[in-house]
Amino acid sequence: MAVSSEIVLRVEDLHKRYGNEEVLKGVSFTVRQGEALAIIGPSGTGKSTLLRCINRLTEPDRGRIFLEETEITSAHIDINKIRQQIGFVFQDFNLFAHLTALDNVRLGLMKVKGLSKREATERAMHELARVGLAEKAHAYPAQLSGGQQQRVSIARALAMDPKVMLFDEPTSALDPELIGEVLQVMQELAEEGMTMIVVTHEMGFARSVCDEVIFMEKGVIVEQGPPEQVFLNPQQPRTRQFLSKISELYGGVR
Amino acid sequence: MRSGGRALVSFEGGCRIEGLELLKNWDVWKQLLQGTLVTVELTVSLLAVGLVLGVLVALGQVYGPRPLAILCFGYERFFRAMPIVVLLVVVNYGLVFVANTYQWDWLRWPPFAVAVLVFGLHSSAYQSQIFRGAILAIKPGQLLAARALGMTRLQTMRYIVLPQALRLAIPGWSNEYSGVLKDTSFVFAIGVTELFRQGWQIAQRTREFFLIFITVALIYLMLTYLGTGLLELVERVWGVPGLAGQRREEHGRVV
Repeated sequence: MAVSSEIVLRVEDLHKRYGNEEVLKGVSFTVRQGEALAIIGPSGTGKSTLLRCINRLTEPDRGRIFLEETEITSAHIDINKIRQQIGFVFQDFNLFAHLTALDNVRLGLMKVKGLSKREATERAMHELARVGLAEKAHAYPAQLSGGQQQRVSIARALAMDPKVMLFDEPTSALDPELIGEVLQVMQELAEEGMTMIVVTHEMGFARSVCDEVIFMEKGVIVEQGPPEQVFLNPQQPRTRQFLSKISELYGGVR
Repeated sequence: MRSGGRALVSFEGGCRIEGLELLKNWDVWKQLLQGTLVTVELTVSLLAVGLVLGVLVALGQVYGPRPLAILCFGYERFFRAMPIVVLLVVVNYGLVFVANTYQWDWLRWPPFAVAVLVFGLHSSAYQSQIFRGAILAIKPGQLLAARALGMTRLQTMRYIVLPQALRLAIPGWSNEYSGVLKDTSFVFAIGVTELFRQGWQIAQRTREFFLIFITVALIYLMLTYLGTGLLELVERVWGVPGLAGQRREEHGRVV
């Protein structure tokens, strides 16, 4: 699906420091409607912190973030209202352990969005079907495989009808053979035109599914561009180094 | 007294028969059952007070802003440090003293109410630590996920923390139940007549100490057995795979 010119998310000069360590040193970028943006880079370079700053699960020290026209870093904003519009998928799923798959998806709809139980159930079943798990609606998280749990967590985020979805290394905690089913769901989302930011080590996914790639290291954006450029013709030596290391490990970028 | 073997045998024999006869006496049972009822009422009421306060104190300790957390820790340490008998007597006579001094009649509480209050506060301190442990057993990632959906802090506690913490707390809570059930006999110190006190009175009257106290002990055993059994049932019925209540089987398969 085509990426429109309308900007959904704008990040300006984001800074974050933990004690003496500056994790984000001024990060700026924009995401357009329907765009799938991959953020790649070595571990510990602030990619997850960046995502968490976007819905303010982590408070940035400096910089501004806009969701469409709204400045969500403003002190006067009701952040709970904003978070409803930003889907978040965690590395380790974080499903609510005491609730079935259906209730995991339904809870936010009922308690945050105020939908009736009937409406919420309908919506939740629709989302579970979308990730291919309608028949697991009544299973508890412990009864699901990692891949299934992650798909439920994607359904949980999708159900809130977000303007943008943030994925924080969604396949890093999965067995290799379960990664595919999660990437498949994400690819379908991207094709349906969902705006998404994906922090990932899955270079194949970044290259074939995403519209734009950011290579981040040590709290700054080193290189940014369309996947063909970043992967096939990286401009920065550091990007080249990182990518060759990756292809050494995983047998090349598909 | 020991005039001869024959007399001794007949005395003991007579005693034994009189003792068993005593258990056919309805008045004795009525008195014991009245005591049992008071013990159960007191235990259930104090556990309810302790549950509500204990959960609040635990939430304050884990999630409260620093001053509130310090206050909650102070509360918990204070009540865990006080022997229950001392606390009962001090509060009971303290209330009487204040009521007399200031002519505040609303402070003249029946001993049972004083007992529920004091035991409830005392138990809440112990219960708070059961709940604090249960809360801390929940993976914080779930709280992040709840906040990411747009839930408020209170909603996160209500819908994510509490349902899991309460389930995880049942085994520890069952311990607290069986503990306070027996501690309730201390309320004789402020004049509440519960099971042990009733037994004491019957024994004084009939001089059948052993028989009566064995009976009292068996009633305590039964109450403990019923209560903890009920809690085990709740744990199983309310359990969730992988979270609580059904772990026994999983552990059993491994070792």
